[in-house]
Amino acid sequence: MKVKLFFGRTGLFFIAAVFAVLFLLPTVLTISNSFMTQSEIDANYGMIFESTRPGVGTYVGDSVNLKFIPDKVSFDQYTTVLFRSPEYLLKFWNSVILVIPIVIFQVGIAAFAAYSFTRFKSKLKNVIFFFYIVLMLMPYQVTMVPNFLVAEWLGLIGSRWAVIFPGVFAPFSVFLLTKFMRRIPSVLIEAAKLDGANEFQIFSKVCIPQCRSALYSIAILVFIDYWNMVELPIILLANADSQPLSVYLSTINAGEAGVAFAVAVVYMVPPLLLFLHGEEALVEGITHSGSVKG
Amino acid sequence: MKLKQRMENLNRRTRESIHGAMWLAPSLLGVAAFYIVPFFIVVYYALIDNPLMGNFVFFDNFVRLFQNQAFKLAASNTWRFAIVSVPLAVVLSLMIALMLEARIPLKSQFRTFFLSPLMVPVASVVLIWQVLFHPNGAVNEAMQLFGFSGIDWMQSAHNQIVVVLLFLWKNLGFNMILFMASLSNIPKEILETADTEGAGPIRKLFYIKMRYLSPTLLFVTIFSLINSFKVFREIYLLTGDYPYEGLYMLQHFMNNIFRALDYQRLAAAAVVMTIAMVIIIATLFIAEDRFGKDVEE
Repeated sequence: MKVKLFFGRTGLFFIAAVFAVLFLLPTVLTISNSFMTQSEIDANYGMIFESTRPGVGTYVGDSVNLKFIPDKVSFDQYTTVLFRSPEYLLKFWNSVILVIPIVIFQVGIAAFAAYSFTRFKSKLKNVIFFFYIVLMLMPYQVTMVPNFLVAEWLGLIGSRWAVIFPGVFAPFSVFLLTKFMRRIPSVLIEAAKLDGANEFQIFSKVCIPQCRSALYSIAILVFIDYWNMVELPIILLANADSQPLSVYLSTINAGEAGVAFAVAVVYMVPPLLLFLHGEEALVEGITHSGSVKG
Repeated sequence: MKLKQRMENLNRRTRESIHGAMWLAPSLLGVAAFYIVPFFIVVYYALIDNPLMGNFVFFDNFVRLFQNQAFKLAASNTWRFAIVSVPLAVVLSLMIALMLEARIPLKSQFRTFFLSPLMVPVASVVLIWQVLFHPNGAVNEAMQLFGFSGIDWMQSAHNQIVVVLLFLWKNLGFNMILFMASLSNIPKEILETADTEGAGPIRKLFYIKMRYLSPTLLFVTIFSLINSFKVFREIYLLTGDYPYEGLYMLQHFMNNIFRALDYQRLAAAAVVMTIAMVIIIATLFIAEDRFGKDVEE
């Protein structure tokens, strides 16, 4: 029996290991390839980008070679991305100034709304909360058209506010934070009331400190969602200069294939750092999103 | 006396509801302004001939939409993608969760590895996908090694496979966490009783665990379905504005009519999709209500 269990577990371990390698492979490859020189990338991957850059004077390999380890480790691509061509950093900055306001204001406004849903219950509130959930589950194809109409009325097409406003009022944070707040023991709130705290004090001195890890995990989830955004920017920010790096990355080809990997790595640094720092909070956040009911 | 008390009661309640409304106001006003009110305008646009004339034509726009070849192609592609990718996303993530639940070594490291794609921007890894699935790419070379002939992955009927793989890579971790949370909520005593009564692992899975997992199973299914509608993002990053035929999704259709500024068709498409989504979400609520009660008892 013991022996059988041992083999069963080892077998599972190896299956899990194979899966883990497959899961890590794309990320690891992207990182390792970012240390190649331009000529090595041309030789290995030239064909992929060739269709868009006819007649470049360098040697282009006749097949695509996937390489794990570069022949010569170089930081050339990074110096290009970070110092020589400002356009990448500019796009990176575009991403930052789109995403940071969305995260801060979405979570901030959600804190008030979640407090309202938790403390002041009524039939109407339940209906509104249900609407929030339905809205949260709607795909972009549906919400994009209303977003576009409002942006047009306000004359915001082409401005980053057209992307920021819908993001700030997206109901995801409200939904998740409400679920966290409802778990705060009501004795804490009753005790604060007895001590003569008013609503704002209960909110700021009891609820917010109790929800600190929840706020962090929600902020991470919102951040990765918008850091990745593609749909709204390509409709609302037609001007390439104001588009975030996520959109710009997909258009990299002609003559800049070499830096593409380095840009991709630079782009994944902020979310990866957040992940390494806040994995537990993130897991907790996902766990609580696991049911649509309170 | 009684009246006074009642008045006070009423007063307190109105005060409380006004207070509650104040806390909710910033969010609700924003949601109303950016989502709900414009949505009703969309419904209005879907029912009229054009914004200048404003004549009600009722279902004409919808009839036109359903006769449109591009819409039919996009809808059937989106649907086909969901049919393949959603069951895979559910079953594979459940298998991974069960695997990690079996107390294998390095469990928490594995969890981190499986979760990591959630944090890696898709835009960052599409390059690798292009390298892997290029006609002369790594996948084809590996296939030739085993005696298969290579496939032009992106420009054939196989291109959905490539996107399904990217979708699974991205979404399995999230589903896995949901299943793991649900697995750890199964009362240990029940599993121990089953052990002493000699139930094997398969039996325990289907007769005990599945009963407790069913609400999560349902939620993960719906969530994956909704995520599968968002797969446009991956396709756009892989292929740009003009994908090959098998990858032309509803979002591509929407983007194209956006550029053509055909408001009526756009509005009709948005309304049709809203109705489809509301049906799906309502199913989720009703089903969760039913299955959830079953387990809680």
